[in-house]
Amino acid sequence: MWREIWLICRKDLTVERRARVTLIQIVPTVLLILVVFAFAFDANPSLLGAGAGGLFWVAVLFGAVLGAKRSFDIEAEGGNLDALRLGGLSPAAILWGKAMALAVQMAAVAVFTAAGLVVLFSVAVTDWLLLVTAAVCGTAAFAICGCLYGAMTVGLRSADTLLPLLLIPVAAPVLLAGTRAFDVALGTSADQGWSWTALLAVVLITYVAVGWAAAGPLLEDA
Amino acid sequence: MTGSVATRVLGVIGLAAAAVMAILALWVSPADAVQGDAVRLMYVHVPSIWVAYGGFVLTAFASARVLWRTRSGAGGTEGVIADRQARHWDRVAGTAAELGVMFTGLTLVTGSLWGKVTWGTYWQWDARLTTTVLLFVTYLGYLALRRLPAESRARARRSAVMALIAVVNLPIVHYSVDWWRTLHQEASLEIGIGGERNYSGEMYWTLLYSWATFTLIALWIGIHRYRVLRLEELAEEAALEELLSQRRSEPRQDEPVTDR
Repeated sequence: MWREIWLICRKDLTVERRARVTLIQIVPTVLLILVVFAFAFDANPSLLGAGAGGLFWVAVLFGAVLGAKRSFDIEAEGGNLDALRLGGLSPAAILWGKAMALAVQMAAVAVFTAAGLVVLFSVAVTDWLLLVTAAVCGTAAFAICGCLYGAMTVGLRSADTLLPLLLIPVAAPVLLAGTRAFDVALGTSADQGWSWTALLAVVLITYVAVGWAAAGPLLEDA
Repeated sequence: MTGSVATRVLGVIGLAAAAVMAILALWVSPADAVQGDAVRLMYVHVPSIWVAYGGFVLTAFASARVLWRTRSGAGGTEGVIADRQARHWDRVAGTAAELGVMFTGLTLVTGSLWGKVTWGTYWQWDARLTTTVLLFVTYLGYLALRRLPAESRARARRSAVMALIAVVNLPIVHYSVDWWRTLHQEASLEIGIGGERNYSGEMYWTLLYSWATFTLIALWIGIHRYRVLRLEELAEEAALEELLSQRRSEPRQDEPVTDR
């Protein structure tokens, strides 16, 4: 099973290494969101600094929507998904392999977004451990949820418009808890940062559990 | 067409209960010391969201049943029974989600009106309000997914997975007033035995009665909606059967056409 997961993950990362869609399209889009927000808030440094935590997660969420769509687009063309299943790979291995690859890509997006915040909004990190733990949990949760919804909408004619509608509200718990944890890590709030990170971990575990149960039904019917 | 003696009786009881609820809420229950008569909106606002919560939990439960009944490709009689049960639970999930969305919409409208009276504005970027809107949009997405044309089994399983993910948002909405600094008041009644209540006397009992009335009305609407979904499925099957029989009666391409 782990070998199959790693195989799919490596395949997706190889496709990404060759096409560089994350690097050339998703990362610039996410950075563009940061810049556009600066315009929207009239480049007010104190306002942007206070909202930096939320802005990070909004940007990464939009990146995850694009990444999840891309991850299953490459399978929809030419019936690749059927080919993978006919090749003897289990639906769970396909889903978790793709989720792992998407998590790696989203981690890259998160690093670029964080760097963008530091450079553009001059934010300072006061608790690195909290920041990194929350970022890892949240990014992994986005990746799993994105893959579940990507598998749900793969091959549908209205997938382009439906995926954001489905994914963004469902990912709200990650957005809310991640923002609170980041606010503490960036020193803009004196809240219980680790409690929010624990909530992120709970949401992540829930997505993992649903993912294990749902991989078969979703990919068998895709 | 979807009515029966039982549903008609249920409908009449629901109507009578709603009339009694109006009397209790408008005349028997006292005005609030701070909010005045505006507090009477609570008897619609709070039961609406409770019924909506119930609808979403039922959607998740029915969805789990759908996934359970379709987990293996059993053939023969067992397969037919499993398929029938899965279709039943899928209809239950769809009906409950529609009710949940309808009552969440009612909660948002009444909440907005209540907000205008007490806060001076129809909308505040408040934790409870925002998470409730997200819940509303989540289940609108669920209903959109259900409406996409697809083979019924695939559609049922896909929707079931989404319902199980979406239900995670429920505790977030409910506890948002405790977790965040918010304008919205705390939960009217705490869940669980020995939970706290923010209201007492006539207000408390009127609130509970309103909840029972809303549940009754939701049940009545739900039964009719379930039957409509069943009829829609039957109509689709009949239309498909008709098309197939028309196609079968057409002369085959390789068959010579003869004059009779």
